Amino acid sequence: MRVAVLTTNLLAYIGATTGGLPLRTRLYYIEALRKSCKYQVFVSYVTISPRDLHYYNGLTMNVSLVGLIQLGVQNMARRLGRRKFILYGSATLGTSLLLKACAKPSANTTETTTTTTTTNTSSTGGGDTIKVGILHSLSGTMAISEKSVVDAEQLAIEEINAAGGVLGKKIQPILEDGASDWPTFAEKAKKLIDQDKVATIFGCWTSASRKAVLPVFEQKKHLLWYPVQYEGQECSQDIFYTGAAPNQQIEPAVDWLLQNKGKDFFLVGSDYVFPRTANTIIKAQLAAKGGKTVGEDYLPLGNTEVTPIITKIKAVLPNGGVIFNTLNGDSNVALFKQMQGAGLTPDKYPSMSVSIAEEEVKAIGPEFLKGHYASWNYFQTVDTPANKKFVQAFKKKYGENRVTNDPMEAAYIAVYLWKQAVEKAKTTDIAAVKKAALGQTFDAPEGKITLENNHHLAKFVRIGEVGEDGLFKIVYSSKEAVKPIPWNQYVAETKGYACDWSNPNKGGKYKGT
Amino acid sequence: MITGLFEALFNGISIGAVLLIAALGLAIVFGLMGVINLAHGELMMLGAYTTFVVQNGFKILGGPLFEFYILFALVFAFLVTAAVGFILERGVIRYLYGRPLETLLATWGVSLILQQFVRSVNWVLVIGIALFCLLFFGAMWILSRRPDFQRIRNWVVAVMLPLSLGIAGATGAFLGQSFQLAVTQPWFGAQNLDVTAPSWLRGGLPIGSFQLPYARLFIIGLTIVCVVGIYVFLQLTPWGLRIRAVTQNRSMSACLGIPTEKVDALTFALGSGLAGVAGCAISLLGSVGPNTGQNYIVDTFMVVVVGGVGKLVGTIVAAMAIGTANYLIGSGTLALLLTPVKPLADIFTFFATTSMAKVLVFALIIAFLQVRPGGIFPQKGRTVDA
Repeated sequence: MRVAVLTTNLLAYIGATTGGLPLRTRLYYIEALRKSCKYQVFVSYVTISPRDLHYYNGLTMNVSLVGLIQLGVQNMARRLGRRKFILYGSATLGTSLLLKACAKPSANTTETTTTTTTTNTSSTGGGDTIKVGILHSLSGTMAISEKSVVDAEQLAIEEINAAGGVLGKKIQPILEDGASDWPTFAEKAKKLIDQDKVATIFGCWTSASRKAVLPVFEQKKHLLWYPVQYEGQECSQDIFYTGAAPNQQIEPAVDWLLQNKGKDFFLVGSDYVFPRTANTIIKAQLAAKGGKTVGEDYLPLGNTEVTPIITKIKAVLPNGGVIFNTLNGDSNVALFKQMQGAGLTPDKYPSMSVSIAEEEVKAIGPEFLKGHYASWNYFQTVDTPANKKFVQAFKKKYGENRVTNDPMEAAYIAVYLWKQAVEKAKTTDIAAVKKAALGQTFDAPEGKITLENNHHLAKFVRIGEVGEDGLFKIVYSSKEAVKPIPWNQYVAETKGYACDWSNPNKGGKYKGT
Repeated sequence: MITGLFEALFNGISIGAVLLIAALGLAIVFGLMGVINLAHGELMMLGAYTTFVVQNGFKILGGPLFEFYILFALVFAFLVTAAVGFILERGVIRYLYGRPLETLLATWGVSLILQQFVRSVNWVLVIGIALFCLLFFGAMWILSRRPDFQRIRNWVVAVMLPLSLGIAGATGAFLGQSFQLAVTQPWFGAQNLDVTAPSWLRGGLPIGSFQLPYARLFIIGLTIVCVVGIYVFLQLTPWGLRIRAVTQNRSMSACLGIPTEKVDALTFALGSGLAGVAGCAISLLGSVGPNTGQNYIVDTFMVVVVGGVGKLVGTIVAAMAIGTANYLIGSGTLALLLTPVKPLADIFTFFATTSMAKVLVFALIIAFLQVRPGGIFPQKGRTVDA
């Protein structure tokens, strides 16, 4: 039996909240409401089982009103029937489809598409374009850094297309979002290779994402251009590494610090593969060159509480010393802001960072970083004609307040090197391109670089000091391009190994001299 | 030794204060209302972004006024996030009371939306949304005065929704094409932003070899003000009384004529506003970016759960305890103090890195919750029994 109870309350439907309570309590409330208020509108349902009927003895009910309420509720339920729902639903869907179709020409300016992964569909047909994949995180934690690399890659592709394309064909980039999630990277790489049949892929930032896609590329014998400095200890036939190997960034930085800043090092890093490997290398190098590692600490990615680390630094380095910083992401901001608060100034505690470039300086704030150092192959302030052109083109396309940094430059180089290799091979066939790419030189913004036989680039090494404007003042620059050494010579397990893909007998890891 | 002890105490409290101010809003929303609000971190992020906007506004004004922007930023951050929280409660959460799982999923969705919103917000998006709201809700408002509104309501929605969407979308596309980068450029973008503390909050107060960072002192002070403010509000004002009444027994409060819907909205807005204040405070220490909130959300829930859901004093004690434990273990102070006891010292030396300290603290918390599932101060009373 179903009974509707009508009573009054200015607060109307609040009575419905009595739903979860035991029946006795519910009835008590309803009765209380009935007595206390002015009989207007209150609806509550009580499903009564016969054995509970005696609770109702004390309740007086207005039966005609009960009927009225039941009628009203039935009407309410019917108001949006299934048929009408389907009708309205399909009408809305149809309209939105129509609108979407109308808005196609301006697809990348409407707000609906700015957030999604857009495939650039400006192609003129399959015959006269070459498809290339761009695989970076456009969402998630890493989107902060990877978005600007995508910008640089698209700039290079646009420039090449404007100059006539490759082999007379236009390059058509296909964007995929790795979403800062490593399995997604592998999945999307498969999709680009199998479905889109791209000629090559430019992509990845973190070592973890590279390690995740590596089996895919090795299995399909495809080709990835990886644009970020990394920890080394890898040399795949299917990857070209256009960022720095450790001997082109970390090792020269340590040497420079030993000569100019001090012998006592405190190592701070994020808790994942790159900082840990990098710090192993640094410790080995310091031991070999007479420096001293006085302490090391690792922060979980994204952690911003650095007080314990600062206490430790002060405890082991009371009179100042060098801080070598391999933190990644948000923790950097916390470290530098709180170091300043705790009185660790760069004149006593200079720090060398390997993952802070122009973009990050802008985000952290130059006033916190002024006087600290960073080591890269490229800074926006590098004085070459190629760089002036690059910076100018980039600012023109993406806005005056944007800055260029090392991974962006490495990504920009990658696209051009691929183009040169394709032109030399006169085909986009991957094996031929890989062969033709070895020994290619390019007048890059950082200087003239060469793609060596070990699939890494010979690059210039630079150390910059953060200035007031947020750009780097270059305090050290290698005289010539430094040859890459992917297998680290300070670490016992890889000492003496090298990599040479021009000779199939040697391959990725062979015992050198 | 004395300075060492003082330093440890100060650092522990300062870490605890950050945890506490981040968890205060949640202690109200989750503790008092029982809403699992996974978007709490994103409300903090909005507070931090508001700070950024206010900072830039004062930069234009320039002069000595800039030095005090942070005080205005606190107020604005509170107002903006309280408004967002209010909209969130009215638009989403009030339909989900008593359904924790759905609330959890819905607020998590909201958090993702807010993150992506700050990444891609630009003039086109804002104008589009404003236009849509104006057209759609404006039409609803005007038509709702017709006597036969209930009858035609569905038709109005069916016509106005695509129509206003279409107009808003078309306007956006038109603006994007005619003004190009000026309107399509994101306001903030995916990059982290630079929030600079005014000069009087940078640096620190030197005491011997130790330096008390001003930013930390400021946060400790702010936390105290917030806690006292909440206490006064809840205990001494009529609305505070109503909030407490609704928390204790919603149905009875409703019977007695307390507008529980208004109270819900107000409570949620208050909790959100406190999240905004926390966001403003953490911008002094850490980064401001779309992911800022996610770094804090786990810690805040941990604090509230350990303290005991529904008890503000529990939240305070838990924040201080977790902060101090984190510091003592992570900085190796505990290992140093225990040097005489060799095996214990070895254990704590092993845990004396930041990430390992977190592991140990979480392990301790899990063990603690096994013994006292209700937290430090479990809630007692009839609502628990029902």
